[in-house]
Amino acid sequence: MTTHTPRDEQDASIIIREAADKGMLLNVSGNGTKAAMGRPNQTDASISSSAMSGITLYEPSELVISARSGTPVLEVMRVLAAKGQELPFEPMDYRALLGTKGEPTIGAVAAMNLSGPRRIMAGAARDSLIGVRFVNGRGDVVKSGGRVMKNVTGLDLVKLMAGSWGTLGFLTEVTFKVLPKQERMATLAIRGLDDKQAIQALSMALGSPFDVNGAAHVPDRDRRGGTTLIRLEGFRVSVDYRMNEMKRLLKRFRFMDLLEGVGAEALWQSVRDATLLTDHGNRAVWRVSTAPTKGPELVAQVAQGLDAQWFYDWGGGLIWISTPIDGDAGASVLREATRTFGGHATLVRAPAEIRSTLDVFEPQPEALMTLSRGIKASFDPAGILNPGRMYAGI
Amino acid sequence: MTIAFPQPDEAVLARRKEIVEGLGRLVASEALIVTEDERRAFETDGLTAYRRMPLAVVLPSTTEEVSAIMRFCHDHGVKVVPRGAGTSLCGGAIPQEDAIVLGVAKMNRVLDVSFENRTARVQSGITNLGISQAVGYEGFFYAPDPSSQLACTIAGNIAMNSGGAHCLKYGVTTNNLLGVTMVLLDGTVVEIGGEHLDAPGYDLLGLICGSEGQLGVVTEAVVRILRAAEGARPALFGFSSVEDAGACVAAIIGAGIIPVALEYMDKPAIQICEAFAHAGYPLDVEAMLIVEVEGSDAEIDDMLRRIVAIAEPFRPKTMKVSQSEAESAAIWKGRKSAFGATGRVADYICMDGTIPTGQLPYVLNRIDEIVKSYGLGVANVFHAGDGNLHPLVMFNTNVPGEMEKAEKAGEDILKLCVEVGGCLTGEHGVGIEKRDLMTYQFNATDLEQQMRVRGVFDPRWLLNPAKVFPLEGRLAA
Ligand SMILES: Cc1cc2nc3c(=O)[nH]c(=O)nc-3n(C[C@H](O)[C@H](O)[C@H](O)COP(=O)(O)OP(=O)(O)OC[C@H]3O[C@@H](n4cnc5c(N)ncnc54)[C@H](O)[C@@H]3O)c2cc1C
Ligand SMILES: Cc1cc2nc3c(=O)[nH]c(=O)nc-3n(C[C@H](O)[C@H](O)[C@H](O)COP(=O)(O)OP(=O)(O)OC[C@H]3O[C@@H](n4cnc5c(N)ncnc54)[C@H](O)[C@@H]3O)c2cc1C
Repeated sequence: MTTHTPRDEQDASIIIREAADKGMLLNVSGNGTKAAMGRPNQTDASISSSAMSGITLYEPSELVISARSGTPVLEVMRVLAAKGQELPFEPMDYRALLGTKGEPTIGAVAAMNLSGPRRIMAGAARDSLIGVRFVNGRGDVVKSGGRVMKNVTGLDLVKLMAGSWGTLGFLTEVTFKVLPKQERMATLAIRGLDDKQAIQALSMALGSPFDVNGAAHVPDRDRRGGTTLIRLEGFRVSVDYRMNEMKRLLKRFRFMDLLEGVGAEALWQSVRDATLLTDHGNRAVWRVSTAPTKGPELVAQVAQGLDAQWFYDWGGGLIWISTPIDGDAGASVLREATRTFGGHATLVRAPAEIRSTLDVFEPQPEALMTLSRGIKASFDPAGILNPGRMYAGI
Repeated sequence: MTIAFPQPDEAVLARRKEIVEGLGRLVASEALIVTEDERRAFETDGLTAYRRMPLAVVLPSTTEEVSAIMRFCHDHGVKVVPRGAGTSLCGGAIPQEDAIVLGVAKMNRVLDVSFENRTARVQSGITNLGISQAVGYEGFFYAPDPSSQLACTIAGNIAMNSGGAHCLKYGVTTNNLLGVTMVLLDGTVVEIGGEHLDAPGYDLLGLICGSEGQLGVVTEAVVRILRAAEGARPALFGFSSVEDAGACVAAIIGAGIIPVALEYMDKPAIQICEAFAHAGYPLDVEAMLIVEVEGSDAEIDDMLRRIVAIAEPFRPKTMKVSQSEAESAAIWKGRKSAFGATGRVADYICMDGTIPTGQLPYVLNRIDEIVKSYGLGVANVFHAGDGNLHPLVMFNTNVPGEMEKAEKAGEDILKLCVEVGGCLTGEHGVGIEKRDLMTYQFNATDLEQQMRVRGVFDPRWLLNPAKVFPLEGRLAA
């Protein structure tokens, strides 16, 4: 199979236009660290951003960075860190969970709308993505958005590209809004709460004026209790003050620790990357998004029907669940639960046979599928880009 | 009158009676406005220099009614202009003679609030401030705060992706919207998103936000509500040059501080606002910044101390850190009265472009030159943290030709914004006002891709047509 590695936008445009003319299906990738996600697709060739690297604009005082899509995420982070800044949405790294190697690219962060624990406060990648350049399925070079934070000029195609998993266009350049890295991080850990109590505590913390930007709950193996994590960041004085107020606010939950430093950072990284579930090597992994207070009930229903393991992020609104891979890997039970409690479930990890027979993403009502098919056709009329990666026919 | 309107469709005009009767069967009589007198209230929006009398106005009360109206218009080929409160400054809600106005202002209830999940489900005709008022008793608020928040609706905010003074910290509408109920042109009701984060599939919510009434009529919304900070306090700095003020903004952000508001006023704006509000603004400076920070008293003190230290090297002529509620109120009163106060000294058009903040001094000097070259005056008040400029180009309606000159100057200013890497509109939208300038920011391919997406939702261009895209452009789609 041919792998195209265009050097620039023009190159990419020629490759894609030719493919469209011949009806050749293309797999779109960065460095392929997440090739094992989504619906497996059968393509004739692939196009990768791996040869399109480099930061094209960085203005720290304007809080903006642009990079070619194949730029390693690590490089972007390093350049930002040198000026005391970071990607506010804390993108997750799927390599440990998926057991893949290689350097993840910044284009894929945009294409998959990746985000981590700070999503509850700072938004997802799409909220920080302010500009894109891409080649659509006709081979046209298109730009949307730009390098300024506020922009309501025309339709926001930037948002459409975020999270489109390479099905609408091949991103060539992405521009993100960035934020200053915080001076200090501190985490309050409450021990011994069951899921319901934990979500109550997290809701109280998130409903306080003290700017919580990480809120997770990790049940113990025996499910009799767990560790509930509340993270605060900011200037030293401010974190001290807010942490004291937080302890006072949550004093009825009693058994509390303050976590700081490398250990605490590693802990949040394992929440972010869902490595808390990786010891279940050959199990399926799901990512469920729901209203936080619905989380424990949803999980209880799932656990009745399946041998499940789980933890919560986003104040209870994001639930990582691992399930056995037999049968449908728990799909019917999970979909039933999201129907009952609202929200959606994405199958993140499972053998290819399962991913090719199941809906990896939450099925959508027919009216929304019709719109999605229309949108796909408006970018990629021949349907050559990552066909079927998100939904059959898209 | 320089902005063109398309010729109304004579066939539709001729069927007016039949169309009105058809609509009359779908809604109660008080929800249908047909007399010329009553329709006149809807013939323009915040861009009052332009007006067109709509065919009829419907003010439904439920999503079902909206659906029935849309299906009727779809079946009968009637154009629909969605409307909230009509405060659009770009003519986004201005009707056409062959279109009906579909207003959601009567649908203004709060349907559900969850403080635990930090969400509110509302009907789309509720005012922006109405949402904050409905959740204020628990200390919560809805963050994006356009200056028009007393009047404008969440429907209009969603359609325009509106922002306000607090957006530097809290983001604009798109960052605070979780779900919508929307009626498509053929009457189909769709639910997108909900009480959870990140809906599956394509980001339709992100696409709808800022789509200026071109994709469907939003009838309900789920928004994020936030717990308000314990307190907030502003400081005011006056500088002897535009360069110093601009460099100070960069230095604050470079130091890792994201104030909750960072507002800039130039000399004419300071003078106009001071004469009106007596806020104690310095009259001997070229530029002024209002910097507001939030938190507990101790946090605010710490942050303002840092900001004062950052500002000092830029030799501010005035430095005033608010010490009381009253002082804070005075500082904001001056800023918030900018539009009204300017209206008392001149007619003006309010532009809305965005620039990279590093270009601030160059752009402000150029704006001054541009406006002077037309023999007019300009006052600048804007959100400096995110580079969203609002030059108020002043003119006198009674002098023939002055308004056209002001429009021309405005056009030059927006082109300048694009030239330096910015965009045509940061929060007010394109509407009819900036429609013909779209080709400065986008090439034909960029625009075609946008128009094709629009066409997926509305292949016949019946929804709010003649807005956003150049009139001749749509033929290509
Ligand atoms: C040291 C390190 C730390 C990290 N830390 C973080 C972190 O803190 N936060 C974080 O978010 N992430 C982090 N990551 C991970 C990273 O965000 C993603 O895993 C990475 O971006 C995946 O890139 P890829 O090129 O391997 O994707 P691929 O597997 O190649 O592609 C994934 C998907 O994106 C699509 N896609 C890829 N490229 C394009 C393109 N150019 N145009 C259109 N679609 C495309 C593909 O079609 C596919 O659907 C970290 C990575 C490293 C190396
Ligand atoms: C004094 C003043 C100050 C302002 N300050 C700001 C500011 O600080 N920030 C800012 O962003 N804006 C500001 N604006 C502009 C304006 O208030 C905003 O654009 C606002 O969001 C418009 O809301 P509205 O309800 O009045 O909408 P309308 O003017 O009625 O309509 C605006 C657009 O929304 C569409 N629309 C309306 N309802 C629906 C619906 N249900 N479904 C789909 N589309 C719909 C219309 O077709 C139109 O395109 C200001 C305006 C004024 C007059």
